[in-house]
Amino acid sequence: MIVAIASGKGGTGKTTVALSLALAAGRPVRLLDCDVEEPNCHLFLDGEVVAREEVFLPTPAVDAGACTACGLCGEICEFGGIIVLPTGAYVFPTLCHACGACVQLCPAGALREVPRRIGELTEMRAGSITLFTGRLDVGQTLAPPLVRAVRARGEGNGLVIIDAPPGTSCPVVAAVHGADVAVLVTEPTPFGLHDLELAVEAVRRLQVPFGVVINRAGAGDARVADFCAREGISVLLEIPQERRIAEAYARGLPVVTAAPELRPAFCSLLDGLDRLRTPAVARAHMGS
Amino acid sequence: MKVVITAQRAAWDAPVDARFGRARTFVLVDTESRELQEIPNSQALDATQGAGVQAAALVCRTGAEAIVTGHCGPKAFAALAAGGVKVFTGAEGTVADAVTSLVAGQLHQADAADVAGHWV
Repeated sequence: MIVAIASGKGGTGKTTVALSLALAAGRPVRLLDCDVEEPNCHLFLDGEVVAREEVFLPTPAVDAGACTACGLCGEICEFGGIIVLPTGAYVFPTLCHACGACVQLCPAGALREVPRRIGELTEMRAGSITLFTGRLDVGQTLAPPLVRAVRARGEGNGLVIIDAPPGTSCPVVAAVHGADVAVLVTEPTPFGLHDLELAVEAVRRLQVPFGVVINRAGAGDARVADFCAREGISVLLEIPQERRIAEAYARGLPVVTAAPELRPAFCSLLDGLDRLRTPAVARAHMGS
Repeated sequence: MKVVITAQRAAWDAPVDARFGRARTFVLVDTESRELQEIPNSQALDATQGAGVQAAALVCRTGAEAIVTGHCGPKAFAALAAGGVKVFTGAEGTVADAVTSLVAGQLHQADAADVAGHWV
């Protein structure tokens, strides 16, 4: 089962939920830190990095002698990654999305792809958890390819937990797309609700079954719970607003370590996710 | 000399648009014959990113010697420099004002971008 932990708003507790689920599972877990602009799961785990690899994107390079400045590459590029001046084609690597269209299209054979490093991927063993972390290099802006690289490397049999980036943009879609089930973590505040509504819209469009976890329950009001009731969304778990939990998090301790009484609740959350996912599987089997 | 001015409309009395990449429109002006021609910037205006470099490519293709605008970022500046187009920043007022200032040598010819790039 692939579980994606997402949220509209940042700082609602995605990492808290992802780590606690992984620790409470009681079986080997593949934990994927896909928040590649600011990965942090490793801060909460003691373990050993067993593999490290660089992640590259193919980016066009121009053979100035062969370029006829015909303009086709610049026309096909949606992102300004390659432009054509009267003097020839010029590449702006950080704008390139590595689709390869310009290289395919070039009638003069003046373009070839060269690897450009965008980040790195590490694998760490920490007890029953194998953590795969993507880390985007400073100055790079294209997170989705690195998110996909982490998933390609990290996904496998058994339980896979994806710690997604916040928001609803491309990196989130890359992290949640194709998951069996998603958890949207939010907090009971106006911002929490506003961004939850956006996240719900995104996850529905991705057709991933999902439920909600309300973190810092008791800190705000009932607006998130009311919204979920109105929309028929399951609230799978509420994590109470407690200073003890916040202090533990600040010291790098997962919630289930600081508040062991919450462990059964996270086990139930896993069961709840399994049930959420089942109808989708049944639908797929019926071919609808 | 042929120059491109970033403007709100293609008219002598139109205000200069301080933005380069996402300028409302471009006006190609012949400073001697006083001819004026609109070069629509629609592709860059609609671009999700890379407006500056796409606008720069468009300007280079007009054959203009210089661009007159408010501000110019690093990628657009690099593209304009590669195309051999001089960049004059700090233009204000109308298209007519910008041309007058340029001809009088009152505009600053930039040797680098004068504003930071965007992170997408």
